[in-house]
Amino acid sequence: MNAMPKFNRRTFLVSSVAAGLSLGFHIPFSDEAHAQDATPEVNAWVVIKPDDTVVIRIARSEMGQGTRTGLAQLVAEELQCDWSKVTTEYPTPGQNVARNRVWQNFSTGGSRGIRESNEYVRKGGAAARMMLIQAAANDWNVPVAECRAENSVITHQPSGRSTTYGKVAEAASKLEAPKDVPLKAAKDWTIAGKPLKRLDTVAKTNGTQVYGLDIKLPGMLVASIKESPLLNGKVKSFDASKAEGRPGVRKVVQVGDNAVAVIGDTFYQTKTALADMPIEWDGGENVKVSSDTIAAMLKEGLGAEQAFVGNKAGDAKAALASATKRVEAVYSYPFQAHATMEPMNATALYTPERCEVWCPTQNGEAALAVCAEAAGLPVAKCDVYKQDLGGGFGRRGMSDYVRQAVTVAKQMPGTPIKLIWSREDDMTHDFYHPISQCKLSAGFDTAGNLTALHMRISSQSIMAYVFPQNLQNGMDPAVFQGLTPNSPEGHFGYSIPNLLIDHAMRNTAVRPGFWRGVNTNQNAIYVECFMDELAHATGQDPLAFRQKLLADHPKHLAVLNAVAERAGWGKPAPAGIYRGLAQFMGYGSYVAAVAEVSVNNGQLKVHRIVAATNSGHAVNPAQIERQVAGSFVYGLSAALYGECTVKDGRMQQENFDTYEVMRMDEMPKVETIVMPSNDFWGGVGEPTISVAAPAVLNAIFAATGKRIREIPLKNHDLKTA
Amino acid sequence: MIKLTVNGKTHEVDVDPDTPLLWVIREWVGLTGTKYGCGIAQCGACTVHIDGVATRSCSIPVSAVANNQITTIEGLAQSGTPHPVQKAWVALDVPQCGYCQSGMIMAVAALLKENPKPTDADIDAAITNICRCGTYQQVREAIHAAASA
Ligand code: FES
Ligand code: FES
Repeated sequence: MNAMPKFNRRTFLVSSVAAGLSLGFHIPFSDEAHAQDATPEVNAWVVIKPDDTVVIRIARSEMGQGTRTGLAQLVAEELQCDWSKVTTEYPTPGQNVARNRVWQNFSTGGSRGIRESNEYVRKGGAAARMMLIQAAANDWNVPVAECRAENSVITHQPSGRSTTYGKVAEAASKLEAPKDVPLKAAKDWTIAGKPLKRLDTVAKTNGTQVYGLDIKLPGMLVASIKESPLLNGKVKSFDASKAEGRPGVRKVVQVGDNAVAVIGDTFYQTKTALADMPIEWDGGENVKVSSDTIAAMLKEGLGAEQAFVGNKAGDAKAALASATKRVEAVYSYPFQAHATMEPMNATALYTPERCEVWCPTQNGEAALAVCAEAAGLPVAKCDVYKQDLGGGFGRRGMSDYVRQAVTVAKQMPGTPIKLIWSREDDMTHDFYHPISQCKLSAGFDTAGNLTALHMRISSQSIMAYVFPQNLQNGMDPAVFQGLTPNSPEGHFGYSIPNLLIDHAMRNTAVRPGFWRGVNTNQNAIYVECFMDELAHATGQDPLAFRQKLLADHPKHLAVLNAVAERAGWGKPAPAGIYRGLAQFMGYGSYVAAVAEVSVNNGQLKVHRIVAATNSGHAVNPAQIERQVAGSFVYGLSAALYGECTVKDGRMQQENFDTYEVMRMDEMPKVETIVMPSNDFWGGVGEPTISVAAPAVLNAIFAATGKRIREIPLKNHDLKTA
Repeated sequence: MIKLTVNGKTHEVDVDPDTPLLWVIREWVGLTGTKYGCGIAQCGACTVHIDGVATRSCSIPVSAVANNQITTIEGLAQSGTPHPVQKAWVALDVPQCGYCQSGMIMAVAALLKENPKPTDADIDAAITNICRCGTYQQVREAIHAAASA
């Protein structure tokens, strides 16, 4: 029998409650939601209970980036409620579908959570406030214009009468929503824009936070899975008798055509049974794939005739041919795993009438669609209960593990089954940071002006794999993140009269995915390290060289100048310490960094990072600082260690012993400059990661004279002769 | 049957003696605050105290700790009062996703018991837990805050 002694009553409610979508709004499971009972919502975003507790609905997934707190701040700002009474809850994807997508997009990626939804969530808060005031005015029979709200209290100014949101919420919920909903200007904010504490910290310090891996349901079993270790391989045969009959093992099942799972009482039992079970795989042609064959394919793309053009000005090829001085270099970027701390998992309960999934996901609606498809049921008979993520970084935008969990659960109807991936499963079945190479050629005139730049990228396309329908005549526009002429998402800041940035798409058997920062990671290395090379090749200061070329792009220039000034660029660094800088634009935000490093006996130490970000608005500067610092840990882990290699059609790194990441002793202090210009909405979770690696690589050059053009650094000897 | 004392409470579990302590705590005892991150003693997400010593529970068989006092994150607070490390974590808003933080807090609590005023170098040497969200800077500040509380 299942050894789980604990039994959470609320979990029992799940099936029955969630089945009755039309009866009202119930979020089983969220700690903050359970007491909500029958309190009617003021509108889709706001529920106010009789005790004045404010429940704000959050459509995006919380994975550490602070979106729960930031989005709640935006709603609360317009609601003018008492922040100390704010709690949050997730609507389910099924409820969103049933209510005509009243919460709009659930997808949490691309640093879009706040910038994409700020307007409609603020309007949700403002409309609720207007309805609450109206309800009080109606009750008092006074003109609404004489009433105002502050801190969850509504006051009728002439008479001094007052009431609270909790007292009028029910009446407000019956009113019609206002049509014209004006919003406050950012300068008048008192909750948004402030460095408030997160709403979800305490549970993360005492073990009570429930992640997907911690889900408990009555009668639940667990499953371990072995997916083909060969790239895109299939199951040829397996001998279930080696696992069946072992203690705790209930059933052995094939999952699709590429995996086998053992269902049982506990994880150690299923995992060891699976490990002892012989499975034969068919890898087809892919068994010949290795890092070398992939590198050769990409290298061919560097000189290929056909390429998609992402940015073009003048005639770069002609200008290069006639340039007085030319500089060339080839860079590359490897496959990398996300390695979220919490491995992939999902819990599914299937019956022929209904299928439910509890899982950490960055894309609740995609998870719902996959659940319905795998269950063979209409979407209306399915739902997904999002759990806070133990890290996402793009990995959990994919729903492969949801499909597996449902496929497993379908083979034991009525029994909830938690599918648990081991770290090894996770690292060898990722959707990897795409692999890429880049050849850069620059030309100078006699006066030392940069007249031409050709940047040829040869790389794998994420879009071609994940959303092929989004390719534009075969081109993947996302490959040019930060390199396009005028995209608000991220444009190239340097003005170069003859410019050509093009892409030869070379897709591999390794499946690619969105990985925090995505294509800005390699693009920023290519551009910013090469700019450094050009400055040095022509005897110019790397800062002054960039400043001149960025003159037409004041926002790019502003963040660069900010870090240079804070770091003391141009002034002598402490003995043995060398500086490097980088700037870039991504996810609608402008970022720059200076790194200070020393290299002694080949040993790199990063001493200090100064990072600036202009995300337009800064909804919570304290959380932005944490995202920036965290980006550097993620980005520098990638630069120092991140590499997944392929041999004989298999991913080689399986765990943190061979896929190392930065730990505390290597991490310098990050000094963050949050400098919102308040005239646009940019992202926060990803933009800064792009400048982490190039700033450090440029500092390493300053320290050693060695130009590292291939990460990770662990493959390089930094010893100077 | 293996006898096991977790947070002062004794449990008898009918389990393969080779089962890692982590999974016995999570699946038999039912305390899920202790996390699985790697299973090979690399990440520290599974850190618990065994007789007060920080130990990575994924890599120790349950049979090896039958006679020891095991403390998990759920047992760190004393009669409802959070441990000073937990207080510092809340005061400095340390966690991001939070998944590594149980292990991080347990490792730090054990460090401070042994070394109440650790230097940065002491912290670097003792706290080798992985945090993929990159909270190291806040963790360091919070350790110093807890040490001077
Ligand atoms: S799970 Fe034990 S150290 Fe990672
Ligand atoms: S807070 Fe997310 S892994 Fe540490």
